[in-house]
Amino acid sequence: MPTAPAGTLYRGREGMWSWVAHRVTGVLIFFFLLVHVLDTALVRVSPEAYNAVIGTYQTPIMGLGEAGLVAAIVFHAFNGIRVILVDFWAKGPKYQRTMLWVVVGLFFVTMAGFLPRHLMNVFGGGH
Amino acid sequence: MAYGTAAVAKVDSPRSPYVRRKTTRGNYELYSWIFMRASGVVLVVLIFGHLFVNLMVGEGVHAIDFAFVAGKWANPLWGVWDLLMLWLAMIHGTNGVRTIINDYAQRDLTRGVLKSLLYTAFVVVVVVGTLVIFTFDPCPPNAPEELLASFCTA
Ligand code: HEM
Ligand code: HEM
Repeated sequence: MPTAPAGTLYRGREGMWSWVAHRVTGVLIFFFLLVHVLDTALVRVSPEAYNAVIGTYQTPIMGLGEAGLVAAIVFHAFNGIRVILVDFWAKGPKYQRTMLWVVVGLFFVTMAGFLPRHLMNVFGGGH
Repeated sequence: MAYGTAAVAKVDSPRSPYVRRKTTRGNYELYSWIFMRASGVVLVVLIFGHLFVNLMVGEGVHAIDFAFVAGKWANPLWGVWDLLMLWLAMIHGTNGVRTIINDYAQRDLTRGVLKSLLYTAFVVVVVVGTLVIFTFDPCPPNAPEELLASFCTA
C-alpha cells in the first residue's frame, strides 16, 4: 500500500472536517450497535436479566450517553444524505458547502426537538 | 521437445488496440459504494423510526423493559423492521469500518488481524440478532407475571 507522507500541511476546509466527523460518528454508532444487539439478546435469557441491564440505561449518566449517540446518528444521517446528493445530484458538488450548513441547521433543529423531551424523561421524575 | 503449433507464442497483430490488463477484483468496490448509499437512505427511515418510538413516545427510555419488547414484537411489522435494520446497519457499518481499516492499517498482518476481528464480530452479531427475533418468546413459562406483557395473563 502507498504510504501517505506524515504530517503534511494540507488542511481541507469544511469538506474535510465534515468527512472526519462522518467517519468518527460512523465508527461510534457501529460499536454501539455491537453492544446493543448483544444486550437486546438478553430477552432470550430471562425477563429479569433483560430488565436488569436495561435498567442501567435509565440512569442520568447513560441518559447523557444516549443523547450523544442520538446526536452522532442525526449528524451521520443528515451528512450521509448530503454525501449522496453530492454524488448523484447534478448540482450537488456546486452546493456541497451550502448543504453542509443545511445539515448543521437541521441537526440543531432536530436536537432541539429531541433533547428537552429526552432529558425530561431521563431527569424528570419517571420511575 | 514438441515443436508444434503449441510452442508458437501467440503474438498480437501489430494493429490490435491496447487492452488494459484485467484486474481480478471484479466490481466489488463499486457495488459496495452503491450499497453504502442505498442502505443509508433506507436506514434513515428505519433508525429514526426506531429512536422515535423507543425514546420519544410515552415515557421514552423509562418505558423500556421486557414487556415493552414483547409488546412491540407481538406486531410482525416491528419484527421485520428490526430484522431489516439489523442486517442493513450491520452490513453498512461493517463495510464502512472495512474501508477505514484499509485506509489506516498499513501492515498486511495488522490489516488481516483487524479485518478478521471485524468479520467475526459481524457474523456473531447478525446471527445472534436474527435468532433473537425469530425465537423470541413473549410469555416465557415460570417467569414472574408482573414482568410480562398484559396479554400473557389475560
Ligand atoms: C438510545 C437509543 C436506543 C434505544 C433506547 C434502543 C432500544 C431498543 C429496544 C428496546 C430494542 C428491542 C426491540 C424493539 O424495541 O424494537 C431494540 C432493538 C434493536 N435496536 Fe435499538 N435502541 C436504540 C438505538 C439504536 C440504534 C442507534 C440502532 C442502529 C444503529 C439500533 C438498532 C437496533 C436493532 C438492529 C435492534 C434489533 C436487535 C435484535 O435483532 O435482537 N438501536 N433497540
Ligand atoms: C442513518 C442513516 C445513515 C446514512 C444516511 C448513512 C450514510 C452513509 C454514507 C453515504 C456513507 C459513505 C460515505 C462516503 O463514501 O464517503 C457512510 C459511511 C459510513 N457509515 Fe453510514 N449512514 C447511516 C447509518 C450508519 C450506521 C447505523 C452506521 C453504523 C452501524 C454507519 C457507519 C458508517 C461507517 C463506519 C462509514 C464509513 C465512513 C468512512 O469511510 O469514512 N452508518 N454512511
